[in-house]
Amino acid sequence: MAERRTALYDLHVAGKARMVPFAGWSMPLNYGSQLAEHRDVRGAAGMFDVSHMTITDLAGADARELLDRLFANDVGKAVPGRAVYGVLLNASGGIIDDVIVYGRDPGYRVVSNAATRDKVLDWLRVHAADLDVDLREREDLALIAVQGPNAMSAFCGATSMDVSDLRPFSVRERNGWMVARTGYTGEDGVEVALPDDQAGTLWQRLSDAGVACAGLGARDTLRLEAGLLLYGEDMDEATSPLESNLGWTVAWDPPERDFVGREALARQRSRGPERVLRGVVLAGRGVIRHGQRVETNAGAGIVTSGIFSPTLGYSIGFARVPRGATGNCLIEIRGSDIPGRIVRPPFVRQGKQVFK
Amino acid sequence: MNDVSSDMRPDIPDDYRYAPSHEWARVEDDQVTVGISDFAQQSLGDVVYVELPQVGDEVNAGAEACVVESVKAAADVYAPVSGTVVAVNEALEEAPEMVNQDPYGDGWFFKVEPTDLEEMDDLLDADGYEQHCESEADED
Repeated sequence: MAERRTALYDLHVAGKARMVPFAGWSMPLNYGSQLAEHRDVRGAAGMFDVSHMTITDLAGADARELLDRLFANDVGKAVPGRAVYGVLLNASGGIIDDVIVYGRDPGYRVVSNAATRDKVLDWLRVHAADLDVDLREREDLALIAVQGPNAMSAFCGATSMDVSDLRPFSVRERNGWMVARTGYTGEDGVEVALPDDQAGTLWQRLSDAGVACAGLGARDTLRLEAGLLLYGEDMDEATSPLESNLGWTVAWDPPERDFVGREALARQRSRGPERVLRGVVLAGRGVIRHGQRVETNAGAGIVTSGIFSPTLGYSIGFARVPRGATGNCLIEIRGSDIPGRIVRPPFVRQGKQVFK
Repeated sequence: MNDVSSDMRPDIPDDYRYAPSHEWARVEDDQVTVGISDFAQQSLGDVVYVELPQVGDEVNAGAEACVVESVKAAADVYAPVSGTVVAVNEALEEAPEMVNQDPYGDGWFFKVEPTDLEEMDDLLDADGYEQHCESEADED
């Protein structure tokens, strides 16, 4: 089956991107050097085509009710102009996806992952069946993330939209554009949803303003340094938010709100999760990768994702380890036990090391 | 910075021999210098770490000799010919990016004193290797 192309596909190819299949899409992995793109974002500004992500608009009298049932965080915080990060859970408390819910007037916008598109849309539709909800996937929109210390000035200069006053996780809509001060890099910036036929012009103007193209490779190293999780690697339907360092995204109040997964999650909460997600940093040489075994003071765990950190100059990752695991650990890399240490993410914020 | 990694068409110089596993070999003064091809470095992406063999190690043609780690993956590097390692490129420990920037020059990995120099004839020439790369690219 042919991979889907975003509205920016031709610009990526013209920009000598290395295109790779990703979740059914043909996406830019890098435009030459992933390390250089990572440093561009940390040091100045970079832009990512993330149009492969799934955008779903919810309208109708019961849109709030639907999200109250399915979104583990507090939808009430997603008032018009505000965005809230959280997870959708199955009945066992496992994570179906992590999403951002944007408050609109009226209704909501849900941005979920590309790889989970079908199951998330099905999940929303099934639960909306007995409700008055108008559910519309926005395949007509592109999504561009502009990230880095210079991202805001570059974006405001490249467009006629002054969004410099937007607070983190705030959103502004105008002329079919939605600009949110959110991101996946640990840097300042915006994520912009806009009509497909305007995406190329914005991309070009940002490029003229000095914003570097950045691919999925840099996006992965940036998000991991920032302590942000990747669905399918660090969490999935077999892991709960309590086991994924995402307990802070679960709104337990009001107690009568009966969201899917609540009961199972409450049981796990009362006895305490057996496994938790922690950061690992490698003291020796090598690169931590998904699936490697970690030996800790509290027993064995497993690496969920790992990278060579361009900012720190050594390898870091996430591992799911027994609760109580702390201090030094050993990470099995190609048959050798390499010493490492368990830490609390994030690793890097705004270009600086933040873990202890 | 050398822009070779953004050029999708790999550089395959005529005066090198190639293994199907994407190492190159070149004879100089009866020693064989080994590295990875431009195609290999493009596929791997930015190299962040090279685990070199040690001088004195015995290597066998087609067997694992060392490991290269990129931002994307770890990959075994196989010895194109059998012999004894007589030199390693220690500069790669501080500057692994040389593998991307100059795969056929400063990005070399190690040198072998070959047991049988005729093993070089078992390797692909530039034309054969180019066809091999094209067939692998088609499989993607």
